Parts: sequence; structure tokens; C-alpha cells
Amino acid sequence: MAPALPVRAGLGRLARRHPAALVAAVLLLLIAAACVVGPWLLPHEPAALDWDHFSTPPGVDHGHYLGTDAIGRDILARTLSGGRLSLAVGLAATLVSLLIGVTWGATAGYLGGRVDALMMRFVDVLYALPFMFFVILLMVFFGRHLLLIFVAIGAINWLDMARIVRGQTIALKNQPFIDAARVGGSSSARIIIRHIVPNLLGVVAVYVTLTIPQVILFESFLSFLGLGVQEPQASWGSLVNDGAREMAQAPWALLAPAGMLALTLFCFNFLGDGLRDALDPKDDDGR
Amino acid sequence: MIGVAFRRLAAAVPTLLVLVTAAFFLMRAAPGGPFDDERVMPEEIRAQIEAAYHLDEPLWRQYLIYMGNLAQGDLGPSFRYEGRTVNELIGEGLPVSLTIGGLALALALTLGILAGTTAALRRGRATDHIVMGLSMTGISIPNFVIAPLLILGFAVYLGWLPAGGWEGASWRHLVLPVIALGLPQVAYVARLLRGSLIEVLSSDYIRTARAKGLPGRTIVLRHALRPALLPVLSYLGPAAAALITGSVVMEQIFGIPGLGRHFVQGALNRDYTLVLGLVLFYGALIIAFNFVVDVLYGVLDPRVGRPT
Repeated sequence: MAPALPVRAGLGRLARRHPAALVAAVLLLLIAAACVVGPWLLPHEPAALDWDHFSTPPGVDHGHYLGTDAIGRDILARTLSGGRLSLAVGLAATLVSLLIGVTWGATAGYLGGRVDALMMRFVDVLYALPFMFFVILLMVFFGRHLLLIFVAIGAINWLDMARIVRGQTIALKNQPFIDAARVGGSSSARIIIRHIVPNLLGVVAVYVTLTIPQVILFESFLSFLGLGVQEPQASWGSLVNDGAREMAQAPWALLAPAGMLALTLFCFNFLGDGLRDALDPKDDDGR
Repeated sequence: MIGVAFRRLAAAVPTLLVLVTAAFFLMRAAPGGPFDDERVMPEEIRAQIEAAYHLDEPLWRQYLIYMGNLAQGDLGPSFRYEGRTVNELIGEGLPVSLTIGGLALALALTLGILAGTTAALRRGRATDHIVMGLSMTGISIPNFVIAPLLILGFAVYLGWLPAGGWEGASWRHLVLPVIALGLPQVAYVARLLRGSLIEVLSSDYIRTARAKGLPGRTIVLRHALRPALLPVLSYLGPAAAALITGSVVMEQIFGIPGLGRHFVQGALNRDYTLVLGLVLFYGALIIAFNFVVDVLYGVLDPRVGRPT
């Protein structure tokens, strides 16, 4: 496997070949900004009940732009603040998996030999376990803390990252500049941190973009089943669940969070795909 | 070939052991026992109940008892369904879940292969872009979102199909859950096959086939599709895992009396033995599926298992 292109060259290619991926990136920024800032700007608190408007369809004159649910909560406010939580879980858990995965993969790849074999064997064993159910077990036995959700999801998602990082590290470690560093007397730890990891950033960026939607999806799945976040907190998953219960009377309560969730996942996947294409050194023939 | 099969099988045993052991001790490490949140019960009765479930023994003995029973295929009694064993509950739910999962897998393979092949043959044209755009959408919309949307459209507004229930596996009750469960997998299969088929079609032996004047259909069906399907085959393992987790949600949404519903209800009711038993069962199922896929892979790809 050849080492991936440096980030800057990749971004240029991304812009040239996949302008749509850039649109996805901009959309994501807009969604994130709306979720972070939106709840402060809206006149309704996400948990506030409006006694005059139960299951009100979307409209402008009553101030509930996306309507209300069966107990009069503003759907727009709930969707945006739920998005805050979903995105936060996505970022935090991805960060956990990034830290574990990069450390594990770079160490195994750089050291090689028996250490590598042992470390990757461990990854293989974990890989075969049905982790979804493990996380559900954790949730059942230890209660549903938000922190536990972060850690549990992050702790299961690092396996892919470790494999990819290891492959790239092996491709990198025989390059002349690594030899030079070794001859210059750098320790293994220093070489990994100062020379290997910075060169992995491109690949890691791709997989971060592809991990975040997985994590968001996973958290939504848990919350949808009632095993994730707890009332009064809400995420897109629990909102979809709430909406599905009253969809016959108030379909907008389902459609708003479902649409936001799908749009976000779509943008992340699209961007990640484009990035992967752009950073892949394999096909240099401009399509 | 047989060597590969044995190696895989030998590798599956430690994985299962890790799964059993981790799940068991996780369960016991959880704060509070299964009968703690019941109303206050007399000390003698609690002692009797705990003795009945071996909860009064030291931990290592409980583990050995559980493993001993497990070795005989006994997953123990359910904590919440009185007088029922976990084995019975799994036995009841399994056929239902298998029906849905099997049909969804069949849907994913037929539709996915058709769409992927079409896209690869029309690479870069409008059909390709449409198929790939749709499949990206399919991947991005989780099935617990698709399911309520399908219910909303076909059951609530159009009234063509029931919104849920089972009633002896009539096809009308099967359509929506199978579609919702299978659609994301259709998308994955299509994308995977398109990529590998494009790669195969640009290889030398396909050019040879073309040069000697074989018709395009023969080239695709006889020469290109078989090697191109190998990545799809290795995707079947993760697909099975995804279908199993997906069926958990589908059964919850559509009110289908399968394994997945037991799992969620068990988890919410803290029915420890049932949840533990199901985790083990699912784990074994996924491992078994991966094993079959690996063996099939060896059959289809003559390069596997040979010294390179």
C-alpha cells in the first residue's frame, strides 16, 4: 500500500474532482452552526409546553415553524437541541476512538514483528464480537450515563482506525526520512509521534469523517430503543422514536428529526467518500 | 481447503469464550441483583430464590455452573418470564426472526447485485449516477427512520399494508419490515459490487475475452461477475451482524414476536439471563455466519489457502 497523499494536495483534488463533497462540507457546517446557536435564538425552550398548541402543524403565524408535538413542545427547538447532543456524542466518541486507534495502530505497525502480531490478533478477536450487544449490556447493567455512551461507543469504534493506521504506518516506516530520523538517534516513541503520526493525518481525516456518522447512527439507534439518552435530554434518535409514536396525528414530529439525522449522515458519508477518493494515491488519472 | 476450515473453527472457540466470560462477569459486576428492585420480600424467601438461581454461591462457582450448563446447551431460566427457560424463549422467537432476516438478505443480494452490475456497466453515465446517489441515500437513512416513514406512507396514508403485527407470517405483514431491514444492505451491496466489477472489467483477461469476440453478456455473466462477487461475499459477515441488530429495531417497531423484541424487553426489564443468553446466541450466530462465509470464500477463490 502506498502512503496516502498529504492533506493539502488532497484538498485541492477534492475541490477539483468532487465539488459536491465541498457542498456537503458547507451543509454540515450550517447544520452544526444551527444546532449550536439555534436553541439560543429561538423563542421556545425545547422542553417548554405550549398549552395552546398541541400537535400543531408547521406554520409561521403561531411561531412554531416546524409545528409542535402532542404535548405542545416546539419541534424546531427540540430538533436543534437534539442535534447538539447527537453531534457532541459523534465528535467526542470519535475522538476517543481516534486516540486509541492511532496509538494502537501506529505502535503495532512501527514496532512490527511479534508485538505487531499480538496487538493485531487482539484486534481480530475483538472484531468478531457483536459489540452492539455489548454496549447494550453495558447500558443495562450500569445505567445510562451520557459519559458511558461516549466511552463505550468510542471504545468499540477504534478497531477500524487501528487497522488502517497500522497499514499506513507500515507503508511509511521504510521511507528515507524515517531512516534518517532513526540514524539521527530518535527513539521509537519520538519517531512515531513526530514523524509517523503527522503523516497519517490525511488518512485519519478520511476515517474520522466516516466514523462520526457511524457513531451518530449508533447513538441514535440506542436512544431510539430507549437505551441511550434519558428524558429530559433528547437526541435525534430519541426524537425519531417520540415522533414515530404520534406520526398519525403529527407526522412533522417524525419528519423533522428524521430529516435532519438523514441529511447529516448523508453529508458526512458523501464528504468522507470524496475525501477518500481525493487522498487515494492509487488512481491519479483524473476522471 | 479443509485446513482453512479447521483453522477458522479453532479461532472461533476462543472468541466465543471471551464473549461468554466477559458477558457473564459484566452481568455479575453490575450494581444490584436481579431481584433487588422487587417489593420487600421476607429474608427466607429471598434466600430460597437466590438458592434456586445459584446466586448464593461464590462467583467462581456460579461461573462454572453457568459454563457447565452452557456446555450442554442450557442457557438457564429466565428471571422475568416465570417458569420459562431462555432456550424456550429463543426457540419461539428464532423462526420469526430468521424469516425476516433471510428475506431481507435475499432482497439485499438480488436487488443489490442487479443495481451494482447496472451501475458498473453504465459507469459515468446518468444511470450510474442515479443508482449511486440512491444507494448513498440508502446508506445514510438508518432503518429505524425508514421503518416509520414506510408505515406513515403505506399504512397510515395509503392503507395498503398493516402497520405492524404478525398473524402467522402472512406476506402482508412481512413486506414493510423486510423492505426497511433490507434497504440499507441493498445499498451497501450495490456500491461494493460496482467498485469491484469496474476493477475486474479493466483487467487483462477481460480484454482478452473481448478481443476474441465474446458477446458482452457472456463476458459479464461468465467471466467478470464471479470474481467481482468475492468482496460481496466477504461483506456477508458484517451484513449478517447488521441484519441481526436491525431486526432488533424492526421487531420493536412493527411489533413482531421475534428474538429482537425479547432482547429489548429483556434489557429494559433487566432480565439478565435472557439478555445474556441472547448476546451469546447472537455472537455465536455471527461467528458461525462468518465461518461459513470464509469457507465459501475458499471454495470460490482458488487462491485462498494455497501458499503464495
